[in-house]
Amino acid sequence: MPQPTLLAGYFPILVFLGIAAGIAIAMVGGSILAARQKPDAEKLSTYECGFEPFDDTRRRFDVRFYLVAILFIIFDLEVAFLFPWAVSLGEIGWLGFLSMMGFLGVLTVGFIYEWRKGALDWE
Amino acid sequence: MIATLAFYAFAAVLIGSAVMVVSSRNPVHSVLFLILAFFNAAALMLIAGAEFLAMILVIVYVGAVAVLFLFVVMMLDIDFVRLREGFQRYAPIGGAVGAVLFVELIFVLGAWRFASDAADLRINPTPGGSVSNTQAIGRILYTDYILLFQLAGLVLLVAMIGAIVLTLRARPGTKRQNIDAQVNRTGSVGLVQVPMGAGLREMGILRPPEPDAPKPIAAPADHGGHH
Repeated sequence: MPQPTLLAGYFPILVFLGIAAGIAIAMVGGSILAARQKPDAEKLSTYECGFEPFDDTRRRFDVRFYLVAILFIIFDLEVAFLFPWAVSLGEIGWLGFLSMMGFLGVLTVGFIYEWRKGALDWE
Repeated sequence: MIATLAFYAFAAVLIGSAVMVVSSRNPVHSVLFLILAFFNAAALMLIAGAEFLAMILVIVYVGAVAVLFLFVVMMLDIDFVRLREGFQRYAPIGGAVGAVLFVELIFVLGAWRFASDAADLRINPTPGGSVSNTQAIGRILYTDYILLFQLAGLVLLVAMIGAIVLTLRARPGTKRQNIDAQVNRTGSVGLVQVPMGAGLREMGILRPPEPDAPKPIAAPADHGGHH
């Protein structure tokens, strides 16, 4: 447990986690304990001509959602690399600056490619 | 004391959710347990002092990779009853593969040795002083490990191009806007000088054909007569 000050800064989040868990358990447990439970097969069946209450959720959808998600992850990672660079830019000098510019340049090539290819259009 | 307690709590939830990832029957539940495991691993990294890695784990893995897993799980359209049909038949092969992997794991663990300075490194996530974890990573990632950093960029580029090549296809049926072509269109619209006061039919301007005999709307004669 290396840095007591660091962990002390995160202690409020731990408290919030505890409170959230307590509230969640109280809600679910309270409804189990206090509410009347009358299970009936009719409650789970289709109401008149409505749709089925339980159905298979697995249906095919367009692969373009997947493409958008992949492109999002790639630029997400690119931004993640920018944070330590921005924090330590004063110490790593020109080499660090130009190395990040090269990294961004490579990804800009990919960005231009996907733009020209129309991967960002939805139609 | 609190950190130790939190460590054991997060580790317990992490292992439990990892077990549920493997043993859950519904793959969507598996992915959700995987997200829980990611959160707990982030908390463990935080306790170990790797602040930046913890946040990146939450942003990248929970925010993006887990969503991608959900996409894949939902997109595959798997029938799980049919998937479990061949269980008896393939059990020996699966068991053999599992046994080989297990023996390999034993070999690896048998030859495991800790590095001599591992114990010191483990309790020093930063070089000391007031340098934060993010700053410590930034100091070496872009200069000392410049080759690996640029390779990471190239891997991302390959992933981007690969995803586009694999999934993007032209859709000929759809109508999309092409501003350039639409503005530069010529020849389909004409400007015509028409004589004033002439009827459209004399000038030969085409109109939709009129119905031969316009039928009068049959109005009921004795409207509301017999109530």
